[in-house]
Amino acid sequence: MRLILLLAIFFSTQAAALDRALVDKLGFGESDEKVVAINAIAASGDPRAAEVLGALAEGELQTSGKLVIIVKNDEAFDAASGDKLALPEEREDVVANNRLRGAVSAALAALKLLSPDRQQRLAALKELSDNAEGADVAMLGIVRRALAAETDPGVKPLLEQVAASLELKGGDREARIAALQRLAGSSSANAKTLLLSYIETEKDADLLAEARKSLRAVEGKRAWAERAGLAFTGISLGSILLLAALGLAITYGLMGVINMAHGELIMIGAYTTYAVQTLFRTKFGAAFDWYLLAALPAAFAVSAAVGMLLERLVIRWLYGRPLETLLATWGISLVLIQTVRTLFGAQNVQVENPAFMSGGVEVLSGVVLPYSRIVIVIFAAAVLAGMWLLLTRTRLGLFVRGVTQNRAMASCVGVPTHRVDTWAFGLGSGIAGLAGCALSQIGNVGPDLGQGYIVDSFMVVVLGGVGQLAGTVYAALGLGFANKLLESWQGAVIAKILVLVFIVIFIQKRPQGLFAVKGRMADA
Amino acid sequence: MTSPILTARSGLARRLYGPAGWLAILVAVLVAFLLFPVLNLAVAPESPFHISAYWVTLIGKIMCYAMVAIAMDLIWGYAGILSLGHGLFFALGGYAMGMYLMRQIGRDGQYQSDMPDFMVFLDWKEFPLAWWNSDQFWWCALLVVAVPGLLAYAFGFFAFRSRVKGVYFSIITQALTYAAMLLFFRNNTGFGGNNGFTDFKRILGTPITTPETRMVLFAVTAAVLIGTLLLARTIVTSKLGRILTAIRDAEQRVMFCGYNPVHYKLFIWVVSAMICGLAGALYVPQVGIINPGEMSPANSIEIAIWVAVGGRGTLVGAVLGAFLVNGGKSFLTQQFPEYWFYFLGLIFILSTLFLPNGVVGLVKSWRKK
Repeated sequence: MRLILLLAIFFSTQAAALDRALVDKLGFGESDEKVVAINAIAASGDPRAAEVLGALAEGELQTSGKLVIIVKNDEAFDAASGDKLALPEEREDVVANNRLRGAVSAALAALKLLSPDRQQRLAALKELSDNAEGADVAMLGIVRRALAAETDPGVKPLLEQVAASLELKGGDREARIAALQRLAGSSSANAKTLLLSYIETEKDADLLAEARKSLRAVEGKRAWAERAGLAFTGISLGSILLLAALGLAITYGLMGVINMAHGELIMIGAYTTYAVQTLFRTKFGAAFDWYLLAALPAAFAVSAAVGMLLERLVIRWLYGRPLETLLATWGISLVLIQTVRTLFGAQNVQVENPAFMSGGVEVLSGVVLPYSRIVIVIFAAAVLAGMWLLLTRTRLGLFVRGVTQNRAMASCVGVPTHRVDTWAFGLGSGIAGLAGCALSQIGNVGPDLGQGYIVDSFMVVVLGGVGQLAGTVYAALGLGFANKLLESWQGAVIAKILVLVFIVIFIQKRPQGLFAVKGRMADA
Repeated sequence: MTSPILTARSGLARRLYGPAGWLAILVAVLVAFLLFPVLNLAVAPESPFHISAYWVTLIGKIMCYAMVAIAMDLIWGYAGILSLGHGLFFALGGYAMGMYLMRQIGRDGQYQSDMPDFMVFLDWKEFPLAWWNSDQFWWCALLVVAVPGLLAYAFGFFAFRSRVKGVYFSIITQALTYAAMLLFFRNNTGFGGNNGFTDFKRILGTPITTPETRMVLFAVTAAVLIGTLLLARTIVTSKLGRILTAIRDAEQRVMFCGYNPVHYKLFIWVVSAMICGLAGALYVPQVGIINPGEMSPANSIEIAIWVAVGGRGTLVGAVLGAFLVNGGKSFLTQQFPEYWFYFLGLIFILSTLFLPNGVVGLVKSWRKK
């Protein structure tokens, strides 16, 4: 009984704290007065402030006679005190126009800054920093209080930035200088726009100089962030090119077979991934996130099998006739594309990322590295390492190198050259399948997937030098970087054209590629 | 044996073709200049002997392809250089002619402006530099052969001088046409972007879609095709042609004999590119459209298969191959669209595996038996 009494007293004192004059202004005032009232109510930090402002936004705030009331489910409450009233007959809505709504949502967001829930605080900060009007100066008190209480390292920088933008609007001279200095530590795009607009309005020379200094600092940081992002996209594209070209480095680089269907083997790998994904979704929905682990060997196996079949049926008969091989494998690629079209339809299919590959890490404000790309960079490195080990440390690798260097001699010492050819071609095709599995995670999967990579992957192998694994790596990364650098400067299409023209010129200068084996043949 | 050509005792005529060959050309001339015009224009559409506009356009189109095939045979069949970028030269010739046709539209475009529609659309106020003088037919006709020729010269000069050959050469020609395709897809390049040029109204002041104009274009194409064949035959039967064949078979021996292969390769390469440009220029007014898709690497590879099917190093085989494959294509894409790619793919595979000398080689080996 005493507890209830105490609670009642507590609530009534709290409820009474909302200034009736302000609430009246909210109900009856002009538009400008209402905005002032909204901000003042929010700034009071009263627990009922959110309720009243929310009611205004929801259209539940009404007036009856001289009283401002909240009407909810046919029940009326006094807006100022929160006391329940009899529902009056004569009521009028308090109309909230867009300007008022903007003010209310900013004010509510500012109130949420004090919320104990981290997600709510973050959402509120996002709202405040994205809001074109920005938070009203009246919120400065709340924001300062929130800042003093904030300890979370993920929230504090954002909050500091919002606080700084408010101090610049409403703080005194010292506060402004402090705010400007604090902004210098930021690297976000919002800080930059904030400083730019501040410089346009500020008259005070000292403050202006301080603002310029901060702007330079922010821009410097942003430039670094952008460069880091560019370097990463360069590495990312390079690793994709590397994956696409590694298989070709074996079939073309080591065996000398021009395989125009290489891109289609990549495409088959991607479609295998799709098939495995569909199987997991229908049969083992719980383990869906792990479908990639099953898809990798499947993609390798299917592409390798197709490749070995092709070698046995077609390519074997054309060894030593590279131009004919080129035409025949082009024909194979057409047949494979059409087969996939018949089986899966001409439309792109959806390959979903597993949950652990979606999202990304934000290394600096505005520079997000998607997990899928990071995984692919690591994956490309792993495939490269695996291939290197296979070629240098295993018996098959020894045979492949032997057959490449001197087929007749290898045959003489008992190497089954024909079988080695088949296995080597299968290996190259399987790696193409792995590339397809990786590419399915970042791009569209359709029957034409491979066509987009065939020119690029040949460029990588040719530029790197035939028969050179290291050359392939350098060429892929170099092309990736060059492409992205030029892209940031001239746009994607021009970048691509410039890279192609560069390669065409480069081949004329060094027909053997970057890392050619030195020889004394007249026909290099 | 009444033809003046056959009775001519000129050494050149006898060097090019024997009596049977000339007879075949005479038949082709009669079909193109007599049979087609009469059956298309003079015979009533209800008659079973009438040749419809569809067939005139189709055969006209394939004759353009046949010219490209001859160009391809010159460098691949005789000089051993496989180009995967011949579609580029074809398209450049087409674009040069297309510029003139666009200017001939005049104010009949959708926007009723002096500028082509796509330029109005892009809000351009004056013609880009590349369009200079493009309202003059003679200038565009010059561009038709000059642009592919100069590009081929510049590209070939460096490539052959650095002794880029074989598959390397094929791959960089493919990169070249791919880069050009990307360039022409851009609106800012100034050639209509994705859509290219289309909606032509007039050529040399006369409406372009009338049956008479179509027949004239058909006849001109036939004449140029036969001219190209004879020119190519003249080249390959000359001493220069024999050196080219020698370069194909043993380039180093030719070098050690004191010849510089670069000059010979460059000559035939440029001639080949110019023939392609000419074919493209005749193709565009008949088909009514040119867009960057013509430069796609896939198109250029298809050219090689026409020659491979017909038989490399025979010229006639190239023409035959172009007719066979493209005839088959237009038949299959209408009847069984989904099977065309299987069919084309199988042609590529089977002709390289089982028909190394093409249809012409097959016929020759039958004759020997």
